[in-house]
This record gives sequence, structure tokens and C-alpha cells, in this order.
Amino acid sequence: MKVLGIDTSSKAASVAIMEDNKLISEYTINNNKTHSQKLMPIIENMFKLNEMSANDIDLISVCIGPGSFTGLRIGVATAKAIAHVRDIPVVVVNSLEALSFNVSMTNKTVCPMIDAQKKQVYTCKYSWDKDSLLKVEDIDVKKVEDLAEELKSSLEEFVLIGEGVDLHKEVFGNINNVYIAPNSHRASRASSICEIGIEKFKKGDTKNHYEVVPYYIRKSQAEVQYDEKMKRLKEDGK
Amino acid sequence: MKDIITLAIESSCDETSAAILKNGREVISNIVATQIDLHKKFGGVVPEVASRKHVENIDAVIQSALDEAGMIFDDIDIIGVTHGPGLVGALLVGLSTAKALAFALNKPLVGVNHIEGHISANFIQHKELEPPFICLIVSGGHTHLAEVKDYGKYEILGRTRDDAAGEAFDKIARAMKLGYPGGPIIDRLSKIGNKDSIKFPRIYLEDDSYDFSFSGLKSSVLNYLNAKKMKNEDIVVEDVAASFQQSVVEVLTNKAIKAAKEKGYDKIILAGGVAANSGLREMLINECKNYNIDVKYPSLDLCTDNAAMIGCAAYYDYINGKVDDLSLNAVPNLKLGQK
Ligand SMILES: [Zn+2]
Repeated sequence: MKVLGIDTSSKAASVAIMEDNKLISEYTINNNKTHSQKLMPIIENMFKLNEMSANDIDLISVCIGPGSFTGLRIGVATAKAIAHVRDIPVVVVNSLEALSFNVSMTNKTVCPMIDAQKKQVYTCKYSWDKDSLLKVEDIDVKKVEDLAEELKSSLEEFVLIGEGVDLHKEVFGNINNVYIAPNSHRASRASSICEIGIEKFKKGDTKNHYEVVPYYIRKSQAEVQYDEKMKRLKEDGK
Repeated sequence: MKDIITLAIESSCDETSAAILKNGREVISNIVATQIDLHKKFGGVVPEVASRKHVENIDAVIQSALDEAGMIFDDIDIIGVTHGPGLVGALLVGLSTAKALAFALNKPLVGVNHIEGHISANFIQHKELEPPFICLIVSGGHTHLAEVKDYGKYEILGRTRDDAAGEAFDKIARAMKLGYPGGPIIDRLSKIGNKDSIKFPRIYLEDDSYDFSFSGLKSSVLNYLNAKKMKNEDIVVEDVAASFQQSVVEVLTNKAIKAAKEKGYDKIILAGGVAANSGLREMLINECKNYNIDVKYPSLDLCTDNAAMIGCAAYYDYINGKVDDLSLNAVPNLKLGQK
């Protein structure tokens, strides 16, 4: 079984093809071009160099977030369309779990971070139990300063990964119980998306492309403001 | 010659649409999922909300277009998609989908200018229509007066320097708390109201200019409403609507006729959402009779945003040799004539 993995949750666009447990190909571009400019060209190139076509793919594993709203939509729309044409199932993977997969088998707590703008990050915590990744804290949006304080005051040791580390190096760089994963492990990688996807597929945890949507965590700003306005009006009316 | 079947996708604002056309002008299916109700409570289109809805709807809309046409993906020869102008996040959903379809099907991708799509709606509606002609494109997002020299060949004569005509309708409707979208509501009220009751300005700019400006008219209407409110006088919304609409329609009509006469054309074609405005249609037809100018416009469902018009424009771009690669990006401020 061949799986195509797609991750556009952070600045990096990453795609991979994995066959059962063997990585066939992986492309990552972490430059400043938009996902719209990066994603399809690297998919097209990867297939060409592997002398494969979309017809060779049996499963699509896509990162649904959290992360950049626009980036997620580009990746998700792409995954949905390919799955639609091929009539194959989709597996959805969360961005922070996929990142944590980059630093396998550590005995430290893994803390992935993806930029949520306004000096905030999408984050959570994972730990490895032998060869399985366990979520030890739910996904949340945290202020960079708050997260740094939290890590600092903890007795545990942490490995930090994700673009959030690069964006806020001055905040996380000098904490005693915090280790920063090497460059090669820090960016999102579609091979992790493929690997998690295959495991989910084996458990029957697949979706039809019609059901696949990004996982935003946050409402849109307009909805937040509207809800606040409605709440105010309700209180005034009392 | 073999038929060319186009699958077209449009998601530049608040309609998710997919269409299938045969040889550019024959619409086999045209599915439009509108989000109007979703945006009503915000009083206008919210880009993030629109983008989210597009991604939820798009594959079902495409499948409906295929089902209604009785076709499968393998029947498709080219993929056309709006890549600008429009809301960038919204555009990117349709564009990403189209690029992935083009890849998976191994078919050519053609990026389409949305404004050219509006013009092309007329080629679908009027089977005998051929360029050249003068085209007045009016919608919530744009106001253009253009010389359509050939399929895919345009010269812009004038455009709005501030608000689009449709935008002015929305803002006036909002100021009078009439609801959203404002265009159809004001048009309906105008039929009851007296268009000569309030004298709002007609802004023609310089004598030799085909450009438009609606912000002065908008302020003048808002000032009128404010003054009435200060004096505690009742406002006759029908009269305000009719008088405002008349100001817009007169300027649009006169500029379009001036362009046709000066450039030597006997056809004026209306395009865009505001082409559905009955006041504009009536006045343009009546005035053009005096100059033997033929007026054409698309039916209502082809005036508002839809993928069929994009498919028509994609077809003519394609037979003129335009094919895009998969790095095609969304261009939110793409100009008419820019590919
Ligand atoms: Zn439009």
C-alpha cells in the first residue's frame, strides 16, 4: 500500500510517499514562498522523479492542523481533490503529533509548537512509551511567555520542536531543563504524516474526502467579535 | 474536431461553484452553493468564514456538477479556475482544488481572471455574440468599462477610482438598515419610490474620463440620511433608494454610451452582479435605442458569481494557447486583461 502524505500546517511544505513501512520519497521546502506556489510543484516533481502517478496511491494522509489557516486549507483542499479523483480514503493527522514523531524514542517530554501569531503558539505535550507516542496534555493556544514560564517551573525535561522554536528562540533558548531539537528534526515532515497515517489506517480510522476539514481550534475573528457582541446585548437586556 | 469538456471552479468570494461546459459555450451543469445566509449576520462577506465554508463544500459541489452532467472525471479535458481577483483565502481553496485535480487527472490547468469570466457569461447567454463590443462590468467588487476586442483581448477604458458600484449599494442599504446584500433590495424599493424626489449628485469626473467614482454619491446619501435624523424627520426609504439608484444608473449608462459612440461600437454588453439591476437594464436599453446600440446582458443566474462563466473564459484562453503550471498562485488584485 502506498500513501501520499501532505503537511502544510507551518511555513514548511512537506510531502512524502511511503510504501507500507518504507519511505520512498520526501520533499520539504521551508522558504518564504506561499504554499500555493510550493505544494503542487513538489508533489508533481516527487511523482515524476519516482516515475509514479497519482494512480499509484492507495491512501492520502493529510495534516489538518492546528496551524496557519490558509496553509491548512491549501493542504486539505489538495488532499481532498486527489482522494476524490482516485476514490481512495483519507487519514487526518494533527500537526503537533506529527512534529513529535520527529524526535522518537526520547525519554524527555516532547513539546511541539506551531506559530499561532500574536506571540502565541499552538502547543501540547507528548511522551514516548517504548515505540508509541502518548499525548500527555491537550492541544492549546498559549502565549509564548506563559509557556516559557510553565516549562521553566517544571521539574521535567523537555524537547522543543516546530517552527515556534525558531520564531521565539530568545524566549526558549536559555532554559535549563529545555532542549531544542536539531534543525533537521524541527520542521514538519510529511514522512511522519505518512507513518501516523498508516497506523490510523490499520485501526480503520479513515475518512471519506467529503468529511475532511481543517482543525482550526480557533473561531474566526469575526465570529469571536460577533459572539462577544451578542453576549453584551444579552447582558444589557437583563 | 473533438469536443472539449471543461470543468470549471469558482471560489473568489462567497459562492462555491463548479460547472461543466462543452466547447466553452454550452453549459452542461452549473452548481452554485451560496453562502449569503452565513454572512448576513456580519453585514457583509467575512473572508475567513467564506474560506472555511469553501473547503467544506467544494468537493460536494464538484461531484454535483459531474452528477448533473452525467459525467465522470475521465470525461474532463481541461480544468479552469478563478485565480483572481477576489478574496485571497477564498481563491486559494478553489485554486488548490483545481491544481490537485489537474495533477491527478493529468489534464491542463487554465487560470481565469474572474472579471473576464463575468464578460464571458454573455457568450453563454447569447450564442451568436462575438467580440468586439463595449462591456460595462459592474458588481460588488468591480466597476469597469472595457473594450472587448477579441476573445481574451481587452482594453480597459475606465474603472472606479474608489468604491465599486455594488459596494455603494451595500453601504447605502446598510445605512438604512435594509439588510444584505443591498443591491437587490434597493432595486426592489426603487420600483416603488420616486427617483426624482431627492437630487443626489452625478459624478462624471473629467470630461474625457471613462473612470467612475461612487464615494461622493455615497457620502451625499449618508449626509442626507443624517440630516433627516437630526431634524427628526421621517425618511422615505423607497424614495432614497430610487433616487440613489438613479444617480448610479445614469452615470453608468451615459459613460457606456459615450464609449460606444466614441469608439464606434454598436453593442454594449452588461456583466457582473449589478447587471441584474432592473433600473440599469431599463435605462441602458431605452437610451441605447436613440443611438441604434444593441444592449445585451446575461440571465440572473449568469450575472452573479458562477463557475460556468469561468469555464467559458477558460475555454477561450485554452484554445488561444494559455495553460498554467501547478505553481499558479492566487492574485487577489488581478486586473482585467492580466492573465
Ligand atoms: Zn464577481
